[in-house]
Amino acid sequence: MDASFLNSFHLDILKEIGNIGAGNAATALANILDKKVDMKVPQIRIMGFSEVSEVLGGAETAVAGILLGIRGDISGYILFVLEETAAKVLVNILMGKNPEEEVAYNEITLSALKEVGNILTGSYLSALSTLTGLMIKPDVPDIAIDMAGAILSVPAIDFGKTTDTVLYIETEFIEGKNRVIGDFFLVPDTDSYMKLINTLGAIY
Amino acid sequence: MSENVIKVGMADLKHTLHPGTLITLGLGSCVGVALYDTKTKIIGLAHIMLPWSHQARNRFNKAKFADTGIKLLLDNMIESGAHRDSIVAKLAGGAQMFAYTAVSDVIRVGERNVEATKKVLADFNIPVIAEDTGGRHGRTIEFYSEDGRLMIKTIGYGITYI
Repeated sequence: MDASFLNSFHLDILKEIGNIGAGNAATALANILDKKVDMKVPQIRIMGFSEVSEVLGGAETAVAGILLGIRGDISGYILFVLEETAAKVLVNILMGKNPEEEVAYNEITLSALKEVGNILTGSYLSALSTLTGLMIKPDVPDIAIDMAGAILSVPAIDFGKTTDTVLYIETEFIEGKNRVIGDFFLVPDTDSYMKLINTLGAIY
Repeated sequence: MSENVIKVGMADLKHTLHPGTLITLGLGSCVGVALYDTKTKIIGLAHIMLPWSHQARNRFNKAKFADTGIKLLLDNMIESGAHRDSIVAKLAGGAQMFAYTAVSDVIRVGERNVEATKKVLADFNIPVIAEDTGGRHGRTIEFYSEDGRLMIKTIGYGITYI
């Protein structure tokens, strides 16, 4: 997705989508955790490749990335990335354990995380779908826990085909003393990108 | 010993005279191309994101692609005194971070980056003497001018030298 095509209207709409999406996601998260979850107003960010490694605490920071393919009127994928320390907190709360406890990543914990990512990205996509009127279907999620640089290279490479920047939405969820910062990278393929821009443009 | 440590970013390339160390953090599907001139100990490192420049609409950043990136790195090294005939290559990266199969382009980009890199190096008659590529994990690499060793650091797969 070439962020240079985006004007301030597009960014406002994307921000609004991010807002509604994150709102939905916070509600969904509150339901899964059975706890009150607040959120901060999401930030839309456009950054150059050189800064990619600075997101989420540096290129070598361990992060969890949950990737969800999208189909329907637009195709591509959405990637939700959060720091591994935050992922640990989420898994522990889900499992009814102390948030600080060490987590062994096995089939159970990974699928729990996948499910959280699935619900959060699903909420975001449904906001996008509602606001644009485009039919957007999420696919099966996939998860990877590794260095931030390596995970973020996936959207960066796709943006890289047309531009030297990456667009993402930073969202902060707050549950009691626990804060979870997550970044959503929406990566439509080239045709879908134009469709999305045109649809967003037509809203105004 | 060497205080000359240079960081190479994503879609970036750097070279240095001996003594020096070049590092790049968190390679995923990208490929780290490490070139070593065995005579002068000049080293160069490129963090390649995509295989071929002609397949992209935006070619402004030469370091982003295997073809234009390797050529530029070689030119820079030779300008600094390296000899084409004594340059050897080591490769790291080109992983597939997600197994997701519906995004065919995404899943194979690591593999295609490695293929393109090898093709370009072969065209320049530069032998690939060692590699740690593929798999499903990220890599941080450090490249030393002293002996041309390449250190590869991972999460969960330990540290290796090639």
